Amino acid sequence: MISFEALHAAPPALTAHAPMLLVVGPLIAACAAAFAPTSRTSWMISVTGSIFAAWMALALLGEVARHGAVDYFMGGFAPPLGIAFHIDAAGVLMALLISSAGVMASLYSGHALPAEVRAEKHTLTQAGFLLCQAGLLGMVSTGDAFNAFVFLEVSSIGTYALIAIGEKRDRRALPAAFNYLIMGTIGATFYVVGVGFLFAATGTLNMADMGARLATLGDSSVVQAGFAFIVVGLGIKAAMFPLHGWLPGAYSYAPSLIAIFLAATATKASIYLMARFVFDVFPDGAAFGQGFIAWVLAPLAGTAAIVCSIQAVFEKEIRRMLAFSSVAQVGFILLGLSLATVAGASAGLFYLAAHALMKMTLFMALGGLAISIGARRLDELAGVARDAPWSAAAFAIGAASLAGVPLTLGFLAKWRLVAAALEAGQIWIVAVLAIASLLTLLYIGRMIEAIFFRPAPAGAPRAREAPVGVLAPLWILAGLSLWFGIDASLPEQLANAAGQALIGGAP
Amino acid sequence: MNAGELLIFLALAVPLFAAVAIYAVGRMPDVRETLTIVACIALGIVTISIFMRVGAGDPPVWTVARPLAGLEIAFRLEPLGALFALMASLLWGVNSLFSIGYMRGKREAHQTRFYMCFALAMFAVMGIAMAANLFTLFVFYEVLTFSTYPLVTHACDARARKAGRVYLATLVGASLVLFLPGIIGVQIAAGSTAFMPGGLLDGKVSEGVGNALLLLLVFGSAKAALMPLHGWLPSAMVAPAPVSALLHAVAVVKAGVFVILKVSAYIFGPDLISALPAATWLLWVAAGSIIVASLVAMTKDDLKSRLAWSTVGQLAYVTSAALLPAATGLLAGGLHMLVHAFAKITLFMCAGAIYVATGASKVSEMRGLGRSMPIVFSCFLVGALCVIGLPPFAGMWSKFLLLNAAFGTKEWVTAAAMIVSSLLGLIYLAPVALMALLQPVGDGSPRAFIRPDGAPGPVVAAVMVTAAACVVLFVLADAVVAYLAPMTGRVR
Repeated sequence: MISFEALHAAPPALTAHAPMLLVVGPLIAACAAAFAPTSRTSWMISVTGSIFAAWMALALLGEVARHGAVDYFMGGFAPPLGIAFHIDAAGVLMALLISSAGVMASLYSGHALPAEVRAEKHTLTQAGFLLCQAGLLGMVSTGDAFNAFVFLEVSSIGTYALIAIGEKRDRRALPAAFNYLIMGTIGATFYVVGVGFLFAATGTLNMADMGARLATLGDSSVVQAGFAFIVVGLGIKAAMFPLHGWLPGAYSYAPSLIAIFLAATATKASIYLMARFVFDVFPDGAAFGQGFIAWVLAPLAGTAAIVCSIQAVFEKEIRRMLAFSSVAQVGFILLGLSLATVAGASAGLFYLAAHALMKMTLFMALGGLAISIGARRLDELAGVARDAPWSAAAFAIGAASLAGVPLTLGFLAKWRLVAAALEAGQIWIVAVLAIASLLTLLYIGRMIEAIFFRPAPAGAPRAREAPVGVLAPLWILAGLSLWFGIDASLPEQLANAAGQALIGGAP
Repeated sequence: MNAGELLIFLALAVPLFAAVAIYAVGRMPDVRETLTIVACIALGIVTISIFMRVGAGDPPVWTVARPLAGLEIAFRLEPLGALFALMASLLWGVNSLFSIGYMRGKREAHQTRFYMCFALAMFAVMGIAMAANLFTLFVFYEVLTFSTYPLVTHACDARARKAGRVYLATLVGASLVLFLPGIIGVQIAAGSTAFMPGGLLDGKVSEGVGNALLLLLVFGSAKAALMPLHGWLPSAMVAPAPVSALLHAVAVVKAGVFVILKVSAYIFGPDLISALPAATWLLWVAAGSIIVASLVAMTKDDLKSRLAWSTVGQLAYVTSAALLPAATGLLAGGLHMLVHAFAKITLFMCAGAIYVATGASKVSEMRGLGRSMPIVFSCFLVGALCVIGLPPFAGMWSKFLLLNAAFGTKEWVTAAAMIVSSLLGLIYLAPVALMALLQPVGDGSPRAFIRPDGAPGPVVAAVMVTAAACVVLFVLADAVVAYLAPMTGRVR
């Protein structure tokens, strides 16, 4: 057992305002980066801002371990009037995940950006990236339903711009960004309409308050409509099958820095917010909530796990393969959450963290492989392992983890999911996981075969090994996948506490 | 790190280090082959010490890591594992001798990869033999599958690739869809997956859950080639002869039945196995497997293919032994696993020796060849009679004990299948050697030898060693059974 109680990461003066600083830090950095004189300066601001956020998340980890959950009132105004931040064990897990993903992605961006983005847009890219990070951190730390909408939009606006910026390398980034803009706006609108319904029913926007009032009010058609709007809205942002249409394009054509960060965090924050609503805000045992989990969430998640894995098997562009794989893996996470048990929620969140780690590794390794040759299609990557062995090896580790090879984090994550499903007596979920895992093995096999075993086509451009600035964060991620595969006590403990907070405790 | 932990570490580290070193010196074939032999000897010494310690009642134990609560990577030796490790390491030595002669004799390509994968496979086998729980065993079981895949596809042609796909799909598929859920099921039912004398699940599961877990674990261990998951084994015969000899007579297939024996003895325990209807269903499947495999073997003209089908049948013997509702079945199964390994590797190495010397791979081409290769064909006869179960070869004892256990528990179907298949074995195995030794060369056209001086020296030496072992084990059978006795959970 690791004792987080003894963790005092920051001085008390900072720790007291950590929930606010967590969000405001990257926000200020975003403004600074936008006006930075050079690309290099903006990169340094970006790294600093991300590290600051991660530092605050660590400080919060200690606080949450000591006090259970941290409530912070913006400007000292208590809810229901003031805006509240509420961070429990689940929120802290998400904040740690997002901020450390931010650190890794910003470190990586120093070398990757020049190859992928026009020079005059580097500062704006870093600003957008920090903005997106601030928004996502806000989404997982806020205790206010409307505030969550604001943060959702902050992160989304950053994301739209960042995807479109990929147009230097591939013009298809523009329609992909537009597509996401439309879908994302619909999603956010649905969400805010849902919040409106709930506000009408309860007269509050604070999530804890809302939960308490709903528990006494019982459900009505207004509440049910609100619930439906919120779930569909967040479902779009979380790429919940079949609302995932925007994701493959967004992940494929964005600059690799953005793809890395989005793959690790963007859908995850929305999943978390949805889980907050489903488990915390809505009254326990409400018939429509149960019905939604059993008859909508779980079947859709299962379908996603299988259908999108099949799509990944037949895909030709490697980043689209990984994108479809992400939708399928979102299905895995939601299957865990849909068990609605502490074990299931812990397993789902454990899988969420594990998936963030391995998808980051894969996208970053792919960035490393493709930086010099700009390859997209699987057959253009044939035999690239010969020219860039370190990137390729890290890719293989990420792929092994995704496939669930024993002694990687991915295996343990699958193990926990299956164990939770068996414990809850949901045999069909075990069957779905088994089939989806086999399909995963198939598309992973295709990637590994192309990168490692197929000879490079004659006359193809020779790839160069990625620079150290890329390899260092890449191998930290790959190393973590292996280390956690042998000793997962750290993520396990975080996920267990998070599952407990999500299912067992009050919001 | 105490002495026991050190032994376990060495048993894993020696083959793993050998694999790395073989890769590093790949450009110098003589150094590479010396390394392999040195590693075989070192591993032999380690496994013998382990074997002695287990016999003396001081089994080595080592808990390496604990990835999740209740999930351990740990090793603990018990008699069956010690025997399996010893058998595999000794036969690796003999087989390496054979490989060197065969691969050089045939001037095969990619020899470094070949020896490296062999060492990796032995690393996996050691892990399987020493695993203290199903989770650790599963990890090494998968390593074994992947490390042997390049060996199956060694020829790199379309046929080899197809066989490789079948190999991976069957073994990985079964282990993910059946074996792993079975292991997780055990974890949930018992809170652990550790191998316990007397049975981990005994008294902890209902009949329905027990049935389901037994079916998942037995079919999930597809390396045991129980029908209908046997197809990968005959198709894997496209591999070079040394691969077929060590992997598909010893390491891979025996790992499969080893898993079933371990599961039966230490996860379910003899009492629970006797009480579960699924054990009886599986006995019928195994009996069918024995008969069908023997019948198919009779129709095969290709010698290695015939041997592969014979292996499918013999593996089902061990599976039956593990599932008989009597603890003595486990001992018979353990002995049969050992004896059949020696006999079958002899047969495969003979097939390789014949092929490398004459290019003949079909039974019908071998008529009269024994006149020129008397030693190899005599050894083949020894191996064949040992598999069939005639004295003075060790196979007699294991069949005797098996039949004894089957009759003793009134499992008439199993007993009948074993008797019939032994008779069929007499028809499809013995005549191969007899025709070659006794009959004159057919059709008046003596076959042109590829190598006029017969098989290379190391090949013949290897064949003679294992054939001799078939006789020696005839004398040692009782000692082996006594050594295995603690695994029934009844003694001590």
